[in-house]
Amino acid sequence: MTRLGFLFANLGRKPMRTWLTFLSIVVCFLLFGLLRSVGTAFTAPPSFSGVERLVVSPKYSIIDPLPISHVNSVRTVPGVEAATHSDWFGGSYLDLGLAFPKYPVEPIEYFDLYPELQISSEALEAFEKTRTGAVASRRLVEKFGWRVGDVIPIVADIYPKTDGSLLWEFELVGIFDPADEASANAEDFYIHYEYFEEAKQHSKGMIGWILVRVEDPAAAGALASAIDGRFENSRDPTRTTTEKEYNAQFVKQFGDIGIMVTMILAAVFFSILLLVGNTMFQSFRERLRDLGVLKALGFSDAQVGRMIIYEALVLTLTGGVVGLLLSQVMLMAVSSMLQSFGVSSLDPLSMLIGVMTALGLGIVVGAVPAMGARAVPIVEILRARA
Amino acid sequence: MIGQTFEVTRFNLLSMKDRVYSSLVILVGIGAVVAVLVSILAMGTGFQATLVDAASPDRALILRKGSDGEMSSGVGQDAAAVVAQLPGVIGVSAELFAVADVPKRDSDGVANLPLRGVSPDGFTMRHSVKIVQGRMFKWGTREVIAGVKAAHEFQGVDLGDELPLRDMSLPIVGFFEADGGAYESELWTDVRTMQGALRRPDFSALRIQYDPDMEVPLSDLVEEDKRLQLDFIPETEFYAEQSQGTTAIITVFGYVVAIIMAIGAIFGALNTMYSAVSVRAREIATLRALGFAGLPVVVSVMVEALLLALLGGVIGAGGSYLVFNGYTASTLNQASFSQVAFDFAVTPELMSLGVTWALALGLVGGLLPAVQAALAPIAGVLSTE
Repeated sequence: MTRLGFLFANLGRKPMRTWLTFLSIVVCFLLFGLLRSVGTAFTAPPSFSGVERLVVSPKYSIIDPLPISHVNSVRTVPGVEAATHSDWFGGSYLDLGLAFPKYPVEPIEYFDLYPELQISSEALEAFEKTRTGAVASRRLVEKFGWRVGDVIPIVADIYPKTDGSLLWEFELVGIFDPADEASANAEDFYIHYEYFEEAKQHSKGMIGWILVRVEDPAAAGALASAIDGRFENSRDPTRTTTEKEYNAQFVKQFGDIGIMVTMILAAVFFSILLLVGNTMFQSFRERLRDLGVLKALGFSDAQVGRMIIYEALVLTLTGGVVGLLLSQVMLMAVSSMLQSFGVSSLDPLSMLIGVMTALGLGIVVGAVPAMGARAVPIVEILRARA
Repeated sequence: MIGQTFEVTRFNLLSMKDRVYSSLVILVGIGAVVAVLVSILAMGTGFQATLVDAASPDRALILRKGSDGEMSSGVGQDAAAVVAQLPGVIGVSAELFAVADVPKRDSDGVANLPLRGVSPDGFTMRHSVKIVQGRMFKWGTREVIAGVKAAHEFQGVDLGDELPLRDMSLPIVGFFEADGGAYESELWTDVRTMQGALRRPDFSALRIQYDPDMEVPLSDLVEEDKRLQLDFIPETEFYAEQSQGTTAIITVFGYVVAIIMAIGAIFGALNTMYSAVSVRAREIATLRALGFAGLPVVVSVMVEALLLALLGGVIGAGGSYLVFNGYTASTLNQASFSQVAFDFAVTPELMSLGVTWALALGLVGGLLPAVQAALAPIAGVLSTE
């Protein structure tokens, strides 16, 4: 019998126990994968490295508006390749439960700044030419079964029209396809800025935020400071940050959830460690006699010890990897739901931490009985009643 | 039969001390599930209580038609004057609600600190608001008072500090409490000061105290007046709706994590009980050979599993209570788009829910091994070794 065969024969001694232990480990790492994915979304630090786009928002409060004149001013800052602006329209379609974000944009400028949002030139042209036009992501269009040419009614909450009415009607003139993973599930709806500006009752001449494409991604951090410096002493000072950080600030505001997740993870890991460790100790304790026989047959302490550790590792590593993979499958299944929270698939670092933990767990639960087997004299083991 | 059951169970429980370590698996596994479940749900309960406690049945919000929160709403000076004259209105506080980006004490990122400009009636109608340190702000000045929870959560919210806001900075002169309600997470000042700082001529909402028993309900008078274009929302309804979304997310998160953990705990419990049964295999077979029925054996195994589960549940729920009850956390209230601090509420209901879960897990973990023990062929077991 080969060593591998022997190893599996040992695991098969009590198949029920082996399977239950294996499944406990799978569950443990499944939770690890899920919680790490959620946790990193809440706690990831901002980074300016290699950033191509920046967001210029009002310094004191994200609900403040900025004057439209800021956009041209930003364009003159050295290092800015292109700039456009957007705003939060709010409002609801049919029912509040069916919320999707709606932004007034300058069609040509906006889609130029976002090349990953693929739109046909005909659709873009139609959007540019139709004052009351709107374009939507394919996902959104499919969700509601819209067709190009449909009129989409939106009831405003922030922006009534000049005549006081709350009903805005937009004609769907095109569909765009997000080509990158990050916005693949976006349910964005863009309306024409010119119409919005003309028809809104208040905040004329004001916009929500400015989007900037930088010339040199390596200098994004310096450019952000330069933009803020320009407006520092104006009536409307700004705060410039990366696009990712801007989106994350809403998520991060959920605040202590990151800490909660870490605490839960610690609790889960501690309990499963104890659980699995205990079961495996027990399994080896019951086999002390077999180990004694092996030693009597001439296997060295080191060989027997390795065998025990390998057996533990087979369980923890396969369980760990299966659990981590399962967590990714589950995340993919609910990705659209979690997208708005910035939760995506597990980063490589977390994957590595997971696998290393599985490795460590295997070594710890294997090492203790391995040491025990070494310490006990063969004669005593063999003499002891099984 | 009952005597048999009792005896077998008693014997079994006495032998449990030989299986202390493997019993720990059930205890810890189930204890952890219960602790996590109860703690996360306590977060949702605390959040909800904080918002709902702020509501009173004789107060209402008047918002722009279509708005679902103070942040997106806007009410003009004229409309405010009209509402104040309507029959049934006892007090009107024209208010301006906004958020400022301020760093929290425990992180570098900025978060939305809610600011509320109020009118004198705002204090009269909310009697729960009490200055606990420093003094009340002077009307017509830039002074602000801060809720105790806002002071706890945000950097620079200290007595004597000044909060920078647009063209001005606002000195913080006092701290207030509001019976633990959501106002404690806010900064309050004169509404005219806020209008100046934000350069807004209007209000975001009117907070009114009214007589709910009028013959023609005030809500009808407000909503049917075509000139006003305003919505009338009773506070109880407003806050119940505000707390819904976030509470639902927390609750779902709690149950998802707990269910996955519970599956792990069941595997652990099964393992433990199978090994408890296998250690006792000869003893059980002997008993049955002597004429003991299967049921007492099943019961004895189940009692062991349930007892361990109960103990684990009590430890988990109790631990959650000791660690988390009253623990202050803060999160983004999506509806008002501002930070709300709240205390975890580990209520007796949640603790008993936790113990119920523990017993259910013990039941599932104990049943299969118990049945196996009772059905194993007697001769087979006795003849081995």
